[in-house]
Amino acid sequence: MPNRLMIGTRIRERRVLSGIRQSDLARQAGISPSYLNLIEHNHRRIGGKTLLKLAEVLDVEPSLLSDGAEATLLAGLREAAGEPDGEGPELSRIEEFAGRFPGWASLLNELCRRNQALERTIETLTDRLAHDPFLADSLHEVISSVTAIRSTSSILVETESLEPEWQARFHRNINEDSARLTEGAQALVRYLEAAPNKEAEVQSPQDEMHAYLAAREHHVAELERDMAGPRDVARLVEAAAAQGMSSPAQSLTRDVLSRYLDDARALPKRAFLSHIEAIGLKPAELAEATGADMACVFRRLATLPEAEVGPVGLVVCDTSGTFLLRKPLDGFAMPRIAGACALWPLFQVLGQPQRPTRLRLRQAGRGGEVVEAFAVAVPTGPVSFEHPPLTLAHMLLLPDPGETAGKVRELGVSCRICPIKDCVARREPSIIAEGF
Amino acid sequence: MGKKVLLIEDEPNIIEAVSFILSRDGWDVKTHSNGHDAMEAVRLREPDLIILDVMLPGKSGFDILAEIRVDADFAATPVLMLTARGQTKDREMAERAGASQYMTKPFSNADVLAAVRDLVGA
Repeated sequence: MPNRLMIGTRIRERRVLSGIRQSDLARQAGISPSYLNLIEHNHRRIGGKTLLKLAEVLDVEPSLLSDGAEATLLAGLREAAGEPDGEGPELSRIEEFAGRFPGWASLLNELCRRNQALERTIETLTDRLAHDPFLADSLHEVISSVTAIRSTSSILVETESLEPEWQARFHRNINEDSARLTEGAQALVRYLEAAPNKEAEVQSPQDEMHAYLAAREHHVAELERDMAGPRDVARLVEAAAAQGMSSPAQSLTRDVLSRYLDDARALPKRAFLSHIEAIGLKPAELAEATGADMACVFRRLATLPEAEVGPVGLVVCDTSGTFLLRKPLDGFAMPRIAGACALWPLFQVLGQPQRPTRLRLRQAGRGGEVVEAFAVAVPTGPVSFEHPPLTLAHMLLLPDPGETAGKVRELGVSCRICPIKDCVARREPSIIAEGF
Repeated sequence: MGKKVLLIEDEPNIIEAVSFILSRDGWDVKTHSNGHDAMEAVRLREPDLIILDVMLPGKSGFDILAEIRVDADFAATPVLMLTARGQTKDREMAERAGASQYMTKPFSNADVLAAVRDLVGA
């Protein structure tokens, strides 16, 4: 019972710290001074009731004196000690150490655990680096051009009386390859520089469009005016282009703003806000009261200022599961384009157009909060016999309404960063090491 | 007439440079630049030596090497493997697959010449 031995040491420690005499403590706890003396010297086991009393008198949490947490602590310390070479930590006095310096001991334990977690992260990252397809491609490109340049340039230098046609040809090849090498090396540098810094990542047109919306908090005042029309959309896009927006991003932004304009016309802000005031943030009831379709209500809610309706998240995807629009909500993370957790109700409704569903969700892992999700899929584009029906799924996210709204579904962001074990929907292993 | 070498590689400028130095050295150089039908090119050209890149479009150099080795006509033909990766794992893979020699890019022309001369005993 080595783990229990330390309790006595601790009691003694606490008593001395509090400046209480052994006989006084014994009397207040209702035990004999000699029994307490035996306990303090770890010669007697201590019963639960006595422990509680002593803790009460010493004014400490009983758990601080008991050994429940300490067994773990001691195991952790032994692990931290490892197999020391030469003069390592004094393993024989490990209980004494943990008993006398609980704070230091748990700090040591915590540092050791953290160290292990970091080692695992480094292993994972190394592994990712080694299998990074972009990195492998860029390096291959660089090596190939270097190989061609080296071989060609040594032909130019070493071949005596090289015919002018060959000479010209090899010069041209070197020129070509050096341009390729430059491009490859620059791509590599850009990639590596951007890696630790999300902001500096090479932006896709989707990122540009989302950055544009995010800068306006998804509310475009120019399109809220009664007189707003397509000309305002064109003007906004022109202004964005003047700010350096790429032309693919301009096209995406034009589409999303045109949709915004249509929604704003269907649900003018002032009238819609007064409906919300009367009904609350209830998408189905709002759709019924306004006569607008549910998806339009979702999108409209996500464009209203946070100051008026509170935080609202929205994600829209097509039949392939690719995100077309995403407005994150705090506590619910979203991948950038695709590859989200298959358990999201967003994907569930794709197979059942026009059948809305409502669920409470929580993403596993750090920072996941319960949110309320409403999802609905609506057909889009012309119906024909030649094409499969196209559907857009919408998922509206609102802060958690509380337990009355039903059970919470646990799900993830995407498999690679998801800690859920034994998940039926897992399609690839997580890079998050166990217990991280 | 020099000995016949078949160069299977997908980078045009590497093909040009290697062909040039080998031709000047008296080799009859044929080239082929993709993985899919590399084995057909081998059967058609019947080379005395094959220089084979590991990273080819369509099929990996290791797979092609395996095909070469199971073909009775070419089981003993020397094969010089070229790769951009010098890791021991790749080298081991190449040796196991039956490569006669293994060279890491970027290489020097002199090394290539020495290797091919060595392999064919010229």
